[in-house]
Amino acid sequence: MLSIKNIHASVEGKQILKGIDLEVKAGEVHAIMGPNGSGKSTLASILAGREDYEITEGSVSFLGKDMLDMSPEDRAREGLFLAFQYPVEIPGVSTTNFIKTALNEKRKYHGQEPLDAVSFLKLMKEKMQLVEIDKSLLTRSINEGFSGGEKKRNEIFQMAMLEPKLAILDETDSGLDIDALRIVANGVNKLRNKERAIIVITHYQRLLDYLQPDFVHVLVNGRIVKSGTKELALELEEKGYDFIKDELSLAEAV
Amino acid sequence: MDTKNIDYIEDKFNELQSSGASDVLNNIRKEGFKTFNKNGIPTPRNEEWRFTSIGNLFKKEYSLSGDDLKITAADIDEVRLPGYKNANELVFLNGSYIPGLSTIRSSENECIILPLEEAAMGKYKSIVNEHLEKSSLVVKDGIHALNTSFIYGGVFIHINKSQVLDKPVYIYQLSDTRNNHTLSQPRSLIYVDESAKVQLAESFITIGAMDSFTNGVMEIVVNTNAIVEYYKIQNDVVNASQVTTTHIRQIGKSYGHAVTISLNGGLIRNNMNIIMEAEGNEAHLYGLYLLNGNTHVDNHTLVDNTKPNCFSNEFYKGILDDNSSGVFSGKIFVRPDAQKTNAYQSNKNILLSDDATINTKPQLEIFADDVKCSHGCTVGQLDEEALFYLRTRGISKEHAQSMLLTAFAEDVVMQIKNEPLRTYVEKLIVDRLAVN
Repeated sequence: MLSIKNIHASVEGKQILKGIDLEVKAGEVHAIMGPNGSGKSTLASILAGREDYEITEGSVSFLGKDMLDMSPEDRAREGLFLAFQYPVEIPGVSTTNFIKTALNEKRKYHGQEPLDAVSFLKLMKEKMQLVEIDKSLLTRSINEGFSGGEKKRNEIFQMAMLEPKLAILDETDSGLDIDALRIVANGVNKLRNKERAIIVITHYQRLLDYLQPDFVHVLVNGRIVKSGTKELALELEEKGYDFIKDELSLAEAV
Repeated sequence: MDTKNIDYIEDKFNELQSSGASDVLNNIRKEGFKTFNKNGIPTPRNEEWRFTSIGNLFKKEYSLSGDDLKITAADIDEVRLPGYKNANELVFLNGSYIPGLSTIRSSENECIILPLEEAAMGKYKSIVNEHLEKSSLVVKDGIHALNTSFIYGGVFIHINKSQVLDKPVYIYQLSDTRNNHTLSQPRSLIYVDESAKVQLAESFITIGAMDSFTNGVMEIVVNTNAIVEYYKIQNDVVNASQVTTTHIRQIGKSYGHAVTISLNGGLIRNNMNIIMEAEGNEAHLYGLYLLNGNTHVDNHTLVDNTKPNCFSNEFYKGILDDNSSGVFSGKIFVRPDAQKTNAYQSNKNILLSDDATINTKPQLEIFADDVKCSHGCTVGQLDEEALFYLRTRGISKEHAQSMLLTAFAEDVVMQIKNEPLRTYVEKLIVDRLAVN
């Protein structure tokens, strides 16, 4: 589904990603872990199409198409979804209207008729239950005055509404208390299926306890330095990132 | 100004003075013409006119009111504001109030609407004498004086004591430019008596392909416990220019609320003045300018606090595209007596093109020590983070921009408390910002 080959990316002349390779297939859940500043969020950003980054080398294909040439909106319409680490507050734009617009632009792209008001409301209701989000939040402006937990829940709600083929969760667990984390994780789990792939970017084991990823990758200094199964995450939790850094420096010394 | 024009204006002035029946108006006009001859049309050398040059507008020949006019009721149908069936509609043509085309739907018990000449000679003579042209104490430039020199065909509106008008007053300023360039100089005096409430709305419409220039002055006097709302809607053609002054004097403890919406036109100068002449006054001023092409809009506001405990809030927002230009100048005076003044001001702008410009200038002159005043202005582009967020959900860049701009404008539009008008303005803005 997603094939990342030798991606190098920089921002303002500073090299952040130094050759990332990653293959994600339908139905898989991949976790990307790593210390602060290792390039995790940069990877999420370039996949979603943020323009602040310069891609100096490498390629990304999504469902067989060259993704780097696509606008952010076309990536989304093709089935990519990014749950933001810091969801943006947009005063004056109602959440409901925004999601309806997004959904219908995606439908239009795929040659489908826009959803009528009744079907849209029905869909909303169904997905609201799924992620346990309160209706009153959706009548307000996008994320305006939402608590940290409400913002993250709103991200997962949007994911549920837009039904992406590939979802990238960028530190969705950051700033959540235990209850909020459980609700968000349950929401994500309900959205797992054989056709949908998920990439979870996180610092901590906590979220992975709920999500049980198929693969865990460790990103250090712009490179994936170690890949494994979910046991790798447990090992990291126990030993910290230093053990990987130690392994690396040993390897480099040889 | 062309000498030909000056001669023409002088001839017209003399003609008017010899025919004028009201000694009150004759005297005011005389003083006005003196000031006009002394000061002339303001140039950019005048600090208040630094960014708005109206000299070029006088380099052509205008016909003044009194020329052959052919506006029909059918023409009026084209320009009525929504909700008109439940409103008083006052039609001005080339600056003169035309009772024959106007419809007064409120009863005489609620309000009295008269030609200004009639008011100046009858029962309301003392009010006209006392309150007309008080604006010249504040606005001393030649363009205001030019309006005063030609006070003729104006309107007087008296909202009677304790009357809460359920029907707003809509004022249509029509300029007929089918045969000539026209100079319209409407003048109105609105007296809101104690504990009365009125909603006023004014729109400007040019019919014809030649140029119109409207030089208007509206004075509103607000008594104790009265409430005034004023909505100005500028959505005229590009060959229509105007300098219009709304001079609100809150002479008793009262409430003022004004919203200026500028969407289309040539050169527009809005003077919005609030004079706090009594203790405990409150006023809210809002403005939105949504500009493209070569349109120029200059919003000059003045809040003059002369008495203690007054509150004012100003909030102006602008979106400028193409080659358009804007000016915001917000002056706040706090006189020595005006302790405990609260005065706030904010001006926010979004520039959508490299060629659009905005000059924004707060001016606070504070002569009392126990006051709270604040001001702030921003000039920027659309929030890139918000734009990216919307796009990552599959919304096109153009559509996302339109959503964000509409939300930016909505802050001001929501301050229009007259529902049909608000819906109308909302639609104008949504249509304007919509993606084709």
